[in-house]
Amino acid sequence: MALLAQNLGLRGSVLPLPGGYLTSWAKGLLLPRGGEVVLYTGHMYQMLPVIKAMEDRAKALPPEKRDQLAAILRLVNPLVNVSGFSRFLASPDWKERSNRILRNIVELLRRAGVECGYLYEAEKYAGALAYDLGLDGPFERHARRVARRLRRYGVKELITVDPHTTQIFREVYPQVVPGFDLRVRSYVEVLAERGLEAALPWEEEFVFHDSCVYARYLGLIEEPRRLLTQAGAQVAEPDFSREVTHCCGGPVESLFPEKAEEVARRRMEQLAGLGRRVVCACPICLLNLSEVRDPRQEVFDLSEVLVAALGQKEK
Amino acid sequence: MIRVDRKLLEEVASDEAFNAQACFNCGTCTALCPMGLEWLPRELFRYVLLGAAEKVSALTEAVFSCLLCRMCEAQCPRGVRITHNIRTLRGYLVKNEYRIR
Repeated sequence: MALLAQNLGLRGSVLPLPGGYLTSWAKGLLLPRGGEVVLYTGHMYQMLPVIKAMEDRAKALPPEKRDQLAAILRLVNPLVNVSGFSRFLASPDWKERSNRILRNIVELLRRAGVECGYLYEAEKYAGALAYDLGLDGPFERHARRVARRLRRYGVKELITVDPHTTQIFREVYPQVVPGFDLRVRSYVEVLAERGLEAALPWEEEFVFHDSCVYARYLGLIEEPRRLLTQAGAQVAEPDFSREVTHCCGGPVESLFPEKAEEVARRRMEQLAGLGRRVVCACPICLLNLSEVRDPRQEVFDLSEVLVAALGQKEK
Repeated sequence: MIRVDRKLLEEVASDEAFNAQACFNCGTCTALCPMGLEWLPRELFRYVLLGAAEKVSALTEAVFSCLLCRMCEAQCPRGVRITHNIRTLRGYLVKNEYRIR
């Protein structure tokens, strides 16, 4: 935890990765730099390949070794960005996939007639993990820095890609940053408002997994369903769905990976009972549920299904 | 014996949104918790309201195990802001146990 606080204070992210790594997904998309409306990735998708690599390694170490390693890293970290090295461990499959998801989202927005800018290297992690862990001091200082930067770039509206970044900007920033009044919407809301023109009947049902933050914090429940239906998909609902959705375990991944896995397994069982294809709308759910799936099951990001429907329509 | 810690009571009192007092111990939260956390939030909240800092410290791991998923909160018949309260306690532990400011 001290490592997270150090990183946030010194390098502006809980998991500081080089700018080139974080922005490589946007290559060739010609997104304008800045602007009044920007796509704010919040780095969550980009972190997935690294989180996956760190989880795998943490689980291979006994807890007492993990504590020793954390103590050493904490001493070295102020001098050398130890988290930066983690990019060399990143899972190449996940890197490719998370970059593709972000590109998908831009494509979906463009198809819906929404053009937005991007802050590239100037975009910072929004701070959700630090806030959740009660690192109030480091989080508040960080949030003020991020807000100052957004003001400097003249940003008026954020289009976010994950529930955690959406919630932190929409509900928490206004409480800790005086005068923070940016309009904050998830791409799911933006697309649902505009509608998707692609009705392709899929052979199989998709089981939808609600993110806790979208469903219970932000009340964003109908929008992803509407989009899936417009994409021609039949949506299957597990018993624990909508306002009573069951967590994927992700939020405690960084501190208690074994417990997180247990929760993910329980959730995956509930979903798998209904169908082979699971869809979620949060990067953390995507990673956690994918990790525990049976090889016969597939876990998709919402954007992957929507983009596939658009692609099929053109054929 | 419980030693009352003023710092803990002041921390809780300074947070207007902290409303663990409303809990009437029905156990809906415990029954629904995806993590199966027995201590949270009912027993923990009792200790906090008593100012029993040592008991709260002993439950540090449980406090940080909460998913903040709000499954319990969505069903709480007393409208306790459980995740907010847990976050407040994390803030207290971060400052007083881990000395991170």
